[in-house]
Amino acid sequence: MAARTATAPGAPTTKLGEAASELDDRMILSPWLRRTLNKVYPDHWSFLLGEIALYSFIILLLSGTYLTFFFDASMREVVYDGSYAPLRGVEMSAAYDSALGLSFDVRGGLFMRQLHHWAALLFVASIVVHLLRIFFTGAFRRPRETNWMLGVVMLVLALLMGVTGYSLPDDLLSGTGLRIISAILLSVPVIGTWAHFAVFNGDFVGEQIIGRFYIAHVLLIPAILLALIGLHLLILVKQKHTQFPGAGRTEHNVVGNRLFPTFAAKATGLVFVVFGLCALLGGLVQINPIWLWGPYNPAQVSSASQPDWYIGFLDGSTRLFPPWDINLPGDYTIPALFWPTVVVAGAMFTVLAIYPMIERKLTGDTASHHLLQRPRDVPVRTALGAMALSFYVWLWMSGGNDVIADKFDISLNAMTWVGRIGMIVVPPVAYLLTYRICLGLQQHDREVLEHGIETGVIRRLPNGEFIEVHQPLGPVDDHGHGTLAYGGAPVPKRMNHVGGARRAIRGFFRPIEEPTQVELEQRGEGRGLAAAEGDRELTSSGRPVDGGRPQEPRD
Amino acid sequence: MNARDTRPGSTGGADVPGPLYGGPDDDYTPEQLAAMSREELDRLGAHYDGVEILHVDPGPAPGSAMEKRAIRQIGLVFTLAGVFAFLFVVVYVGSGWFLPDWHWEITESGWSALFTPLLGLCMGLAMALVGVGLVLFTKKLLPHETAVQDKHDGSHFDRVTAGATLVGGFHNSGLARRKLITRSLGFMAGGLGLMLIMPLGGLIKNPNKGNPLGTTEWAKGVRLVRNDGTPIRPGDQQPGSLETVFPAVPGGNRQADAATMLIRLRPEQVQSLTPRRGQADFAYGEYVAYSKICTHAGCPVSLYEQETSRILCPCHQSQFDVTQGAKPVFGPATRPLPQLPLEVDGEGFFVAASDYIEAVGPTYWNRERI
Repeated sequence: MAARTATAPGAPTTKLGEAASELDDRMILSPWLRRTLNKVYPDHWSFLLGEIALYSFIILLLSGTYLTFFFDASMREVVYDGSYAPLRGVEMSAAYDSALGLSFDVRGGLFMRQLHHWAALLFVASIVVHLLRIFFTGAFRRPRETNWMLGVVMLVLALLMGVTGYSLPDDLLSGTGLRIISAILLSVPVIGTWAHFAVFNGDFVGEQIIGRFYIAHVLLIPAILLALIGLHLLILVKQKHTQFPGAGRTEHNVVGNRLFPTFAAKATGLVFVVFGLCALLGGLVQINPIWLWGPYNPAQVSSASQPDWYIGFLDGSTRLFPPWDINLPGDYTIPALFWPTVVVAGAMFTVLAIYPMIERKLTGDTASHHLLQRPRDVPVRTALGAMALSFYVWLWMSGGNDVIADKFDISLNAMTWVGRIGMIVVPPVAYLLTYRICLGLQQHDREVLEHGIETGVIRRLPNGEFIEVHQPLGPVDDHGHGTLAYGGAPVPKRMNHVGGARRAIRGFFRPIEEPTQVELEQRGEGRGLAAAEGDRELTSSGRPVDGGRPQEPRD
Repeated sequence: MNARDTRPGSTGGADVPGPLYGGPDDDYTPEQLAAMSREELDRLGAHYDGVEILHVDPGPAPGSAMEKRAIRQIGLVFTLAGVFAFLFVVVYVGSGWFLPDWHWEITESGWSALFTPLLGLCMGLAMALVGVGLVLFTKKLLPHETAVQDKHDGSHFDRVTAGATLVGGFHNSGLARRKLITRSLGFMAGGLGLMLIMPLGGLIKNPNKGNPLGTTEWAKGVRLVRNDGTPIRPGDQQPGSLETVFPAVPGGNRQADAATMLIRLRPEQVQSLTPRRGQADFAYGEYVAYSKICTHAGCPVSLYEQETSRILCPCHQSQFDVTQGAKPVFGPATRPLPQLPLEVDGEGFFVAASDYIEAVGPTYWNRERI
């Protein structure tokens, strides 16, 4: 009964404390809360990429919900009678009519529509960059294969979100996209026509597809995505973060900031910055001006019709693939369109999803890893990644080859051939180049560890030879060679990185510190060369005449 | 304490904890905890969560010039964020009230053209400045601490004991022995699964019934009309020109597969005209008509370059030669654009001699069979 008396030690003394205590009595939240607040997050900017994806998803949910208040996902024919004069009296679907209404007759509607669209582009982009970070640093290795695969599934779902989303306004551009989706469905061998009739409820275009895409876009896919995001984060918390190698960082710890207050403040700051960026783009940079395209009409199309950026690579592969229908006995056909769309996309995402297993098989490395790798230290993986990336970017650029041909006055056919040849030639070249660059960087790291940092100080030896003085990074052996081993962490390569220079005087427009004060402070800290600056004499490095390497400078 | 309180379960908290109860509450009495400073308690709790604070770089000294400056900066940033947030409200609410109307007219370049950009600018700056303020706050005022948390591998003990409970439960159920139950369960699960997905069958429609993919609205005697519904006579078009035509049926100009290009060839094109086999009589004089729906992915092919006799599809750059039966000459398309057989009716207007003799639009699996 002691806990009930007001004088008990540790009893809450404020109203807020009492309320918290009452809540904890009922819910027993404090163990969980303390664990959460104490959780350590590694402090590196690249860990924020996934968060950007999460925050743009939240923005998408908020702005998307707003849009549903006004959007009418129906293909019923109506005659436009809104504010936008050039389209008045034109027959169009109710979907396009309401999308125009959102843009012109809802206060702030255009802003919200554009905010939603920009957030969607940022969403997919941040997922892709996040994925690249995970890939190139080897964060997908055991025990994180599950989370990698979940991530790939979420990327595919994000693309489906995009496709179903930008098809909704039923303007000329999105209708053309829909027509291509219909053709891709039809191209699937055996079940293609059945799949098309199931999705479109008949021949193209029917009266159902906008409504069906709408429910997929606002309910089905977001619900699955939300569940997968929850799972992704749960696994992340369970497995704890990876971290880059460095002082005090091991496979069995995480070094960084605790959630509260540092990490929480930074993450909240990032939420606002991402939201602000989307809002700025949504207000200031026009995107998808649907009123310029006009309503969908199967007999019309505009040139330079490109999808949103994340579908561009499939558009490119479709443009480049040669006209190879495969005619099978019995008058069956596998349409050429099947390969660059269904097969290419399917193969790319399948290989991506099972890459952790492929690498495990090839390297035989089945151990658990919590320390990240620098891309240069795994040249084969990095080169494979560069190869895949160059293939992707090449296809993506080919998705706009008509625009390139037009702007640079190049023959369109030449662009197609450049694309076809490049698709085969560029990835291996990217592989080789990346591999060589990785080896070069590795070598340079070792060189600096062995010989020290180039100081830029040129000395003339008594025999007339000029040498550059090198600053060793640690203890040296009899020959003046550094004895530090490479530990997978960045090697300092400039004197500034090892505190060889004074720290900069603080202040943006004018100094806010006393330079002499800083100087004294630096000397007090014994910071690098700055501390010894005063009493350093310039001497020759005493390099042996027989061509030995430069030794540690005397200071 | 009255009689009611002596009944079991009515005294709340008076119970003696079970023998398995333990943990920090046994190690630290409330008096001990009360004697510790807040920082000590923080460290102690962190220790229980496997976290050690290695190093704390305290923020600027209270009252120092650095601190004052940082506070001024951060205060300014948050204030500005508030200003922009209120500006957003003013622009949003005030337009059409004490500010000009926000409805945009196509010719206008005043306030209504600025409305959306101003909304974006205000909200964007407000939000971004809050973020900037928070980051500045973290960087300039909060102590920078470096913490390290242990990472535990799975525990062998947990694995073995959990496994024993799980396997024991299954073992006690006797499902391994009671084969009839397992088999009937499997049968039931299969049936239930099928039953639950069955309603999706409502989505399935037979694409081969009535050949909807292979037919269009065109038929013998159906006139070729323009988008506005006017019929076309030979001679209406200039040589070398192209016109998009539709079947003269209700809603013909909205049909997905019916759009057709009527092309009047130039004399030299007529000379080099090599129709596809069996389609020599599909043209009418120097007029030919091809489906406008690309045989690759179904986009409307619409860019006609009459000097080279080529039609280009803007989606994937397939090119078709109109003098060779619209056969694909470049790009990813594999099949010629289907040709519409042309005739002239009694009143001298163009009509179709029949529907297309093959399926228009993209290729599919059993296209050749129906």
